[in-house]
Formats: sequence, structure tokens, C-alpha cells
Amino acid sequence: MTAMLEINDLHAQVEGKEILKGINLTVKPGEVHAIMGPNGSGKSTLASVLAGNPAFTVTGGTVTFNGKDLLAMSPEDRSHEGLFLSFQYPVEIPGVSMVNFMRAAINEKRKYYGQEPLSASDFLKLMREKRAIVELDNKLASRSVNEGFSGGEKKRNEIFQMAMLEPRLSILDETDSGLDIDALRTVAGGVNKLKTDNNATIVITHYQRLLDYIKPDLVHVLYKGRIVKTGGPELALVLEDKGYDWIKQEFDGNKGE
Amino acid sequence: MSALKQYTDLFSQYGERINAASSAALNALRPAALAALEGKELPRKGSEDYETTDLDAMYAPDYGLNIDRIDVAADIDEPFRCDVPNLSTSLYYIFNDSYHGSGFTSGQLPGGVIVDSLRNATGTAADIIRKHYGTVAPIGDPQVALNTLLAQDGILVYIPAGVAVEKPIQLVNLLRANSPVMTNRRALIIVEPGAQAKMLVCDHTQSDGIDFLNTQVVEVIVGKGATFDLYDLEEASERTRRVSSVWVRQAAESNVLINGITLTNGTTRNDYHIEIEGEHAETRLLGMAIGSNSQHIDNHTYIGHNVGYCHSNELFKYVLDDEATGAFTGKILVAPGSPRTEAYQSNRNICASNTAKMYTKPQLEIYTDDVKCGHGSTVGQLDQEAMFYMQTRGISCQEARTLLMQAFMSDVIDGVRLEALKGRLHHLVEKRFAGTLAQCGTCAAARTCHAKIKK
Repeated sequence: MTAMLEINDLHAQVEGKEILKGINLTVKPGEVHAIMGPNGSGKSTLASVLAGNPAFTVTGGTVTFNGKDLLAMSPEDRSHEGLFLSFQYPVEIPGVSMVNFMRAAINEKRKYYGQEPLSASDFLKLMREKRAIVELDNKLASRSVNEGFSGGEKKRNEIFQMAMLEPRLSILDETDSGLDIDALRTVAGGVNKLKTDNNATIVITHYQRLLDYIKPDLVHVLYKGRIVKTGGPELALVLEDKGYDWIKQEFDGNKGE
Repeated sequence: MSALKQYTDLFSQYGERINAASSAALNALRPAALAALEGKELPRKGSEDYETTDLDAMYAPDYGLNIDRIDVAADIDEPFRCDVPNLSTSLYYIFNDSYHGSGFTSGQLPGGVIVDSLRNATGTAADIIRKHYGTVAPIGDPQVALNTLLAQDGILVYIPAGVAVEKPIQLVNLLRANSPVMTNRRALIIVEPGAQAKMLVCDHTQSDGIDFLNTQVVEVIVGKGATFDLYDLEEASERTRRVSSVWVRQAAESNVLINGITLTNGTTRNDYHIEIEGEHAETRLLGMAIGSNSQHIDNHTYIGHNVGYCHSNELFKYVLDDEATGAFTGKILVAPGSPRTEAYQSNRNICASNTAKMYTKPQLEIYTDDVKCGHGSTVGQLDQEAMFYMQTRGISCQEARTLLMQAFMSDVIDGVRLEALKGRLHHLVEKRFAGTLAQCGTCAAARTCHAKIKK
């Protein structure tokens, strides 16, 4: 099967500091990849760079997404092409209602594919349907985007947006952070419901616990801007048990640092 | 020659004709106005309270005046682009500075309510004008004095005690001419004790290619326990210069809301001056300005808490793009012996381009203990994190900008106490942003703003 996402020797920096130092990763349709690693290893940077955050500068390498040059696209076109990032810290946008925000998002995607805007009734029906997937309260729809949402509501709102946009590749950046066990179950349940053989997921997480709910096919360990280890789901369990110190020792030791 | 002198000279020459085409009440104040201007100049850029706006330069060109009150209204049926239609209002027109009334008969207004011309009013209306004209706006202010010297007409709105006017009173000021014109308009609004009214004033330029100097002095007297809303909306051409001052006197237990909205303009100087003179009064002063190209918008506000137990809340917001400049001065004075005053002021601004400039100057003077006051002022850019978040959801840079700018203005619009106008304003602001302020060729590049904050 052809790769959906192919990252080749990706280097990126922020404010002149190199964070990603040669990432290689291939994701195929139907796969779930977990990216784990200690704080500051570059996990969130990788997510931001893939989504096109202008705060980061790509200094080398290529990323091919469904055969297209991902890095050449604007963030909005990446979204239209099927990339979705669930933010670690979803942004509050006072004054912009969830409904208007979602309507703009859906209709711009439709425009990109030459389709007419969704009618008001079809749009509301779609909202209702997708809301149910993550049990998002109807009241939140009339509120400003993420404003005054609890931590759990924000994360559920991310998965709700994912459900609305039906991405081909979803990157979940620390979606488990700040969630209690019930919210974690709901959010993970939502992700699992949206999973098909044609889409793929990259789960970025610090802890194994999310992976009890979202089963990965492959687990990668990111350290100092590189993927230093790749294994099956059992790797996550080892990391949970032993922490990251042995990875650091192995990697830093090999390099003679 | 100073700009002012050409007008005092004009008055010396044509004073009689000006008087002949006006009313006794307006004429009565001209000698005092002339005396007040003696030896004075109009404020130049950099003068106190005129740091960014050059009144002298605004008045300097040689504009024509319609001294003989020639009817320019001609065909009132011609559609004009008033963007606040379909609002059920009692509608009146002023063409340049001549009151033109409406097709609406006063019989439909609640009993005793008067809307009339300052020039042609007779009987009771004339008595009211004689009693109140010039009693709120101070003749010592050069802009007021010059307007008083030259103004020949305008509108009287009188709401008798205890009368609640349900339907908003809408005044449309239309500017149209074939050659440069100066208008000197006057408004006198009296809301007697216990009365309630809402007024919407819309300024429009119909002749886009003509230079206008559009001046007005608005005097508002709000009686004890009365409620009054004034929505002051400018949608003028880039060649229109507007110098407007609104002077409000508020009695005890009254409730006043003023919302000054600059949607499109050329060069604008607005003064909103509110004196609170009775206890337990409430004041809400709101303002919003959207500037693009080389537009200039200067709002100068004053709220005087002269007695205790009153509450004022002020909020002005600007979004400036291109080379637009904005200025805000907000002074709050809490006079000695005004306990339990609550006064809050906020001015928040967005410079959407690196060439837009905003000058903001909050001033709080407090001479009483036991008060709650606060002010804040910010100048910033559009929230880049929110921009990126929206883009990752497929919302284009342009649309994201429009949504954010609109969201930024939403609390000023939501302060409108007139549902239909609120909806209309949301629409107008969206249109304005989508039309001219959404270009974002340099969107991804960090844009900075040369903000200058004076303390």
C-alpha cells in the first residue's frame, strides 16, 4: 500500500534553535502511530510543523502527503487536503461562535472541492450528528470557540471538529493531557469511532494510558529531535515501566556524549 | 491668514444674510460666538487635546456655504445608500445642513413629542429652542463658537416628561453638492424627566468626488430619571472631513447610552462630552472605529462625575489597517465631593498593518476618596495563535482575519440597546471588514504596529 504521509529527513527550527534534527516517518492508511518521548524532545514541534505553524521554520527535508508536497501548502490547504491537528492547548477565540467557526471551516473546504456551501439545515444536522460522537453539549455550540470551556470540553471539542472535517490524517497532540479518566474514555472512544481503513492517526503522548484506549500499530520514541526507537505496542509498556532514562542513556551513550 | 479668520471675515461681510435665513434663537448667540473667537485660532496639530488632528488645516480650504438656504434636497426619492434600512424608525432628513423633515407627520409621534427644524420652528417649539439652545455646548470651545456663529438650521427633538417613545427616531444627514461645501449643523435634544427615547443619526456622503467639511454641535439635555440612547453612525466618503461635538447634561437617575461608530470616513474628529449632574445616574459611552487607506479617526471623550453615586462605563475599540491613523483621548473627572463614583474606561485597538498608527491617551482625575475607577488601553495585532488555529481548520487567512476583526468589535455592537440595529451593525461591520480590510498578501509575515502610547 502506498504511504499517506512520508517524512524524509525533516529539520525545523524555532527562533534560530534547531528542534527537529532529521525526522523520518512513514504512515500508511489505516495505521495508528504513537509518538512518545520525554519533554522537550520535539513531539509538539513535529505536530506544529506538519500543520504549518508559521512560528516554525523548516530548514531541510521533505514531507509528502497523498503524493503532494505538504510543506508547500498553506495551513488551510493542508486542512482541505485532509490533515487535522488536535491541539494540545486549543485556542480560545472570544467573539467567534462555534457555529460560525465550524460553518466557515466546512464551507471553505467545500469551496476548495468546488462544492456549494451547505444549507443551514444540513449544517445543523451535521453538527448534531457529530456532536453525539464525543457527547459535546449543545450549549457549547452557541458559545465562543473554546472560551470558558473546561479542559475536558476543549479536548472533546477538538475531536468534534475532527469528526466534522473527516480528515485523512489526524495528529492528536497530547490529547490526554488534562483529562480525567471519564473524559479520556469519551475522547478516545470518539477517535476510535472515526477510525476507518482509509484514514490514519498519529497519537502524540507522554504516557501510555491513552494507548490503552487508542491501540497503536507502531510506537516511536522521539528524543532530541530524532526518532531513536520504533517498535510495536509493547514498546509503550516498556516505557511506562522503565521511563525514558534508558533511552536517553542508550542514545546519548551511543553518540559518546 | 488663519483658517478661522476667513470665517469671521465671512461673517462680518454676510452676517445679515446669515441671520435673515435663520431664526431669532440661533441669531441671538452669534455676537457672543464672534466675541469668543476674537483673537483666537483653531487648534493646530499638537495643541493640547489636538495631538493628532489639525483643526486649522481641516477648516483651511475655501468651502462654499449655503448662506441663503437654497434647497439642495431636490429629489428626495432618489435612492441613497443608507445602510441601515428596514429599521422601523421615525425618519427625518437633513440635507447638508438644512432640515428637510420627512414624509412622516408628527401626528404619529406620541403626544407632545416634537421633531422640528431649528430654523423654521414656531410656537412651542420655538420657545423650547429659545430656552435651551446654546446652554449645554460651551461657547469658549472654538469649534462650538464657530458652529454657533455660522449654523443656520438643524434639528430639535423634544420628548416631554414621562413620555416613552417606542420607535427610534432616525436622522439621516446627507451630504451632496457639486462643489466643496461646509455644513454647520446643529442639534438640540431635550429628554424631559422620566421620558425615554432612542435616536439613530446616520451621516452619509452622496457626492463621493466632492470635498465636504461636515461640522455639527449636538446638545443633549437628559432630565431626572429619563433614558436616552444616541447612536451616531458615520458612513462618509474619504473626501469628507467631519468635526462633531456632542455635549450631554445628565440629571439624577438618568440613563444615557452613546455609541459613536465610524464605519467609513475621511478625516474625523468627534468629541463626546458628558457632564453628570445628578446622583444615581448611569452612563454608557461606547465607540468603534474602522480605518483603512489613509483615514483618520480621532475620538475625544470627557465624562465629568460632578456628583456622587453615579456609574459610568466607557469602551472604545479601533481596527486600523493600511496607513490609517486613530486617536483616542478619554478623560474622566471625578470632582471633589463625588463619593461612591464608579467609572471605568477601556480603549482597545488593533493595528492590522505595520503602517497603521494608534495614539491613545487615557486620563483619570480623581478628587474624591471612596470611588472605584479604572482604565486600560491596549494596542496590538490580530491574535496570531487564533489565526493559525482557524487556518488549521481550513479557514482561509482572509476569512480568519474577518472573523477575528468582527469578533473584536462584538462587545461594542452588543452594547446597542436596539435589537434591529444590533443585527444590522453586525452585518455592516462584517461587510466592511470583508470588503476592504481582508486582503492579506502579507498575512503569514509577522506584521507589527507602531503604537505610541501616551500616558
